[in-house]
Amino acid sequence: MTAPALPPQTGDAAFAHACLTPAAPPPQGLRAAGGDPVARRFAIHRTTVRVTLIDALAVAFPVVRALVGDAYFVAAAGAFVAHNPPRSPVLAHYGQEFPEHLAQLPGTAPLPYLPDVARLERLMIEAYHAADARAACRADLAAETLAAAATLPLARHPATRWLRSPWPVVTLWRMNSGHLPLRPLDQWTAEAALVTRPELDVELSLLPPHGERLLEELATPRTLGALAERLAAPADLATVLPPLLDRGALTWPTTSQPRPGGAS
Amino acid sequence: MPAHPPRHDVAVGALPAGPGVGYKPQHFAAITAAAQPLAFFEVHAENYMGDGGRPHADLTRLHQDYAVSIHGVGLGLGGSAPLDAAHLARLVRLCDRHQPERFSEHLAWAGHDGLFLNDLLPLPYTPERLDQVVAHVDQLQEALRRQILLENPATYLTFAESTIPEPEFLGEIARRTGCGLLLDVNNLFVSATNHALSPQALLRAFPLAPVGEIHLAGHASATSAGPAPLLLDAHGGVVADPVWALFETVIARTGPLPTLIEWDNDVPAWPVLRAEAERAGAVLARCRKAA
Repeated sequence: MTAPALPPQTGDAAFAHACLTPAAPPPQGLRAAGGDPVARRFAIHRTTVRVTLIDALAVAFPVVRALVGDAYFVAAAGAFVAHNPPRSPVLAHYGQEFPEHLAQLPGTAPLPYLPDVARLERLMIEAYHAADARAACRADLAAETLAAAATLPLARHPATRWLRSPWPVVTLWRMNSGHLPLRPLDQWTAEAALVTRPELDVELSLLPPHGERLLEELATPRTLGALAERLAAPADLATVLPPLLDRGALTWPTTSQPRPGGAS
Repeated sequence: MPAHPPRHDVAVGALPAGPGVGYKPQHFAAITAAAQPLAFFEVHAENYMGDGGRPHADLTRLHQDYAVSIHGVGLGLGGSAPLDAAHLARLVRLCDRHQPERFSEHLAWAGHDGLFLNDLLPLPYTPERLDQVVAHVDQLQEALRRQILLENPATYLTFAESTIPEPEFLGEIARRTGCGLLLDVNNLFVSATNHALSPQALLRAFPLAPVGEIHLAGHASATSAGPAPLLLDAHGGVVADPVWALFETVIARTGPLPTLIEWDNDVPAWPVLRAEAERAGAVLARCRKAA
């Protein structure tokens, strides 16, 4: 049996450990001028680490913050930061485990939909930073280009994400982000969210009926013909495809051939 | 009005010796609505590491009219740990994509053992650490295939083991790697104050010849338990008067340099930020006139 590792005593490792451990004393070998205690100077770093990472989560999860209020958000995010410091300098990736963290906090029990709202906000950040691609549109399927379109594989747009929730997650997001007036919900129905980014702005909508079925089929790009063979009523291609095209959820990934619909 | 603002002595591939500001996405509409009296915009590298979307689109649009400087905050050149190869590769990809006129990073570190702390942390100024930082700067410059600028830090603590004064430490890195320096005048003022040194004396010791860019920013006062004042590198307000005075001293000695206003917290409306940059531009213009 091995003993647990002791905290590092020297060097950057000791400094980093003390930054992340509120109860730890500052590392050895530091000096402060002007008669200031080293601990007070060191606390500047400890505070910066904590506050800037909480701020990063507040920017990433504005609707969660609106739902729980500032004070609770800071406490919840602070606890997350202490146990899940970032693994990468790219803070757009930070907070992937925050929805699960929220689910485990006793205080969030009255808001059982909160983790799904947080998951939705994560998906919207992923969509914001996703690769650029021209969204396929209905005009691509006009009679004169349909023959070309039928031979090309269709794919999910790189920004497309979706989330099936037992809660009205889209309505909750809209009401708490200023997109819809806040009012009591008559019906707490399940909603499936579709996140798309046809150009630069991220859009949130309700996933069209059977849309998930088509998006799952497009885990690998498929031609319209292959898609049509795999889908069956009531989720047939003619029903499911147009609303997904209208939301910019799909793309023609082949770039070496002329795209249907002409110039991008 | 010209379609594009003057580029302040722009040379191909070089950051022009005029005023710039740290770009904030909320200012995009105001910036692109009119020609701005600015030479360049600077962005934090780590905010532009997604695959696509608005960050890259906005930066590409700004780069059509202005020079661009990319400023890294997360590589940890000053750390004892090896550089993160994945992050180095991201920086290479970003610079290849946007071809910025300048890339800069900090004499600081921000992570250890795979964790990232999102702060610019201090390092001991020892011969051993000097060798490590030199190796890191060499590695970065080779990866980017360009000269970088290394920024002096704002510090609150010193290390008992340090044996090399900070200006000498920076000068040695520049001499051994061929990198340039980014002189953050506010950082110099904050550090001098916090370590009970004379800012003017610290500036006199600073190696000015390799300086390729200036940073100016606001600082905040914190309560200090001791008799000496304690300043925080807060980037949340206007540049303080003694920092403007130090900046004028620098420019009188170096001639005009690319000069950036950093304002990262409590970011003001665009005209306020632009006015601060114009104040820096006026100092540079007076220096040109006097020359």
